Amino acid sequence: MIELGNAKLRSAADLEHMQEELRARHTPSAKCVRVCTGPGCAAKGSPRLYELFCEAVERTGADVEIEAKSVGCHGLCECGPIVLIQPGNIFYQKVEEPDVAEIFRETILGNRVVEKLLYVNPATGQKAVTPEEITFYKVQKRIALAGNGLIEPTNIGDYIAEGGYIALAKVLSSMTPEEVISEVEAAGLRGRGGGGFPTARKWRSCRDADGSPKYVICNGDEGDPGAFMDRAIMEGNPHAVIEGMIIGAYAIGSEQGYIYVRNEYPLSVERLKLAIEQARELGLLGENILGSSFSFDIRINRGGGAFVCGESTALMASLEGRPGEPRAKYIHTVESGLHGRPTNLNNVETWANVPAIVNHGGEWFSSIGTEKSKGTKVFCLVGKVRNTGLVEVPMGITLRQIVEEIGGGIAAGKRFKAVQTGGPSGGCIPAEHLDARVDFDELTKLGSMMGSGGMIVMDEDTCMVKVAKYFTNFLQKESCGKCTPCREGLAQMFYILDRITDGEGQVGDVERLEGLAELLEGTALCALGKTAANPVISTIRYFRDEYDAHIKDKRCPAKECRGLFRYEIDPEACKACGICLKNCPVDAITGDKKVPHVINQEKCTLCGMCWEKCPFTAVLKV
Amino acid sequence: MTNEDKLIEQIIDRYDGEVGMLIPMMQDIQAECGYLPADHLRRLGKRLKVPLSRLYAVATFYASFRLAPKGAHEVTLCVGTVCFLKGAGRISEAIIREFRVEPGGTTRDRLFTFQAVNCVGACAVAPVMLVDGKYYHGVTPQSAIEVLYGLSADKIAAEKEGSA
Repeated sequence: MIELGNAKLRSAADLEHMQEELRARHTPSAKCVRVCTGPGCAAKGSPRLYELFCEAVERTGADVEIEAKSVGCHGLCECGPIVLIQPGNIFYQKVEEPDVAEIFRETILGNRVVEKLLYVNPATGQKAVTPEEITFYKVQKRIALAGNGLIEPTNIGDYIAEGGYIALAKVLSSMTPEEVISEVEAAGLRGRGGGGFPTARKWRSCRDADGSPKYVICNGDEGDPGAFMDRAIMEGNPHAVIEGMIIGAYAIGSEQGYIYVRNEYPLSVERLKLAIEQARELGLLGENILGSSFSFDIRINRGGGAFVCGESTALMASLEGRPGEPRAKYIHTVESGLHGRPTNLNNVETWANVPAIVNHGGEWFSSIGTEKSKGTKVFCLVGKVRNTGLVEVPMGITLRQIVEEIGGGIAAGKRFKAVQTGGPSGGCIPAEHLDARVDFDELTKLGSMMGSGGMIVMDEDTCMVKVAKYFTNFLQKESCGKCTPCREGLAQMFYILDRITDGEGQVGDVERLEGLAELLEGTALCALGKTAANPVISTIRYFRDEYDAHIKDKRCPAKECRGLFRYEIDPEACKACGICLKNCPVDAITGDKKVPHVINQEKCTLCGMCWEKCPFTAVLKV
Repeated sequence: MTNEDKLIEQIIDRYDGEVGMLIPMMQDIQAECGYLPADHLRRLGKRLKVPLSRLYAVATFYASFRLAPKGAHEVTLCVGTVCFLKGAGRISEAIIREFRVEPGGTTRDRLFTFQAVNCVGACAVAPVMLVDGKYYHGVTPQSAIEVLYGLSADKIAAEKEGSA
């Protein structure tokens, strides 16, 4: 851990001096162990690995300079826990507690690579020593995630040593607010929370709006299930978000900021709180930042566990201590938002992009991406792909590249069916559109949307009607209930979908769903309601045959909907072990030693116990 | 002044008595008490001059607030999209069947409160279950139930230790 002086930084020169000093403390021969403690790796026990490395460092004594760091999400969660060793940038995957001693002895002290912990390319069988050799990382381009996995999020010194807060110093010492907005405009940055609204235009409207005080808000209410990019940034590089907010506040003319974090992310709250305290101590937040006349501070609020609070007006209602019900936006929040004052709200990832834009210039940022979608986007690549994790790619990359190259294709030799983007209000994109380019407008054309960046891959075993039902149920429960089309419409849609997946669908149900969807889109008040039918509409558009199979043939092609398929035992594969027979709760299975077992279809309740328990996968869904 | 009064005063002071910070105040009460006791809410409302109906509206709108005490352990099952695709529905069914507890409810012996939440942000290692904040990844119906039976065994062991 780098020790910092207590003195406040009073100028840009102070900060630069501090940065030089921090960098000078590092000798090139120094060794460093970075343990990923992002959500995925932490769930697999990486915090304990970090402790073990720290203990080992302590035992080694002072003659070798070693540092152990606990860093944010590195991305390839599938292969976690991940440990990186410097020098050499050696990438170890699936590290377990007993490996710590070996890594320490062999790699850190002996400069030898531990072969068994290296990543093996499943296609070629080749081992990769550094992340650069792994296709998963090769295709990516990291801007918002640049510091993730590199810096220690609990240590502001680490962030500053890597060039942190230099953008802020540049802004305060040499740019006018209008110049900052112009730079962001030149970058072509669009809101990363899903809407894709041009960030600079929002900032300018808020700056020009009458009324004070003005507020800036960071929306960290990442409610989309299947998405954890914002969590990874808040926990892996909180200062990037804070720096972005301070720059934005300066451009807009705001003195008070809020970060609204989801209730389910206690660690994000903890990390941000610490980061804010550290920034305050150094004079990067508070009165007269870096000796300038600009003052700004940030407060953190925790959400209460309501999905709708990700919507900007609902979030503001929540910040005012009320139930999070959205309001109509005849008057924009940039004019009348929190407490009726001009309020600028951006998503975590948007804010995290700002320092990089200031440092490298808007032109550099706009050189990445497509004509109307600039820069990069962070996605959570999850579901039935081989390499699940956090990825950041340039806009304009194809879905196929993300799923096949970065994701390594579908797991377990299954066939790709669809990729769901945009969270619960997004849509499912089928195989024939895999070559579509990922940007705001292209995804909308396909009936889905960019959303905040969840990307859930589904294989042939996923029933698309059930997926639509899942999302409709989710949105129905999360609907705030304020306006009728959403409250009642979604309930009706769920009711129809439920009966389809139960095998009681009626001819005309699909048309009824389409009618309700149209109603919702045209009449709901907020974005949640307006887009709530997307999952249903996109699955009808691309997977109409599955709806028809459920309704007309009473059959679930993916064999997921209970009652719309049967279980049978393959006599060739059955080893007559008797496990299914013992586990069947209704004694529907008969058989004997050395006699292949048979399911009595009359008695079978389709609970699936035999299918789960069979060690030889002899139980089939037909 | 009773302990309850003191607690409410402390919490209100923490946020300078700002009504806008009502939700954080209620979160702090829940953090202290494990739920939102009616008396506490009444007192908070009186002090802030906010009607009890509004506190009730807030408490029932947000999923994280509880109006009844919770069990000794907190079991959170993620039923977000990815966990759902990878079988969280079956895990939930198994827990409901085995422990006769509905999502949001507490087991009869107050051993644990069972909550199903939409995404805990660890999708890459789905399905995920949390017990008192500890992550269990790649959970199956069987492994989830084993973990939860482990809780009751822990409790019995702790009780024996206590009486010995």
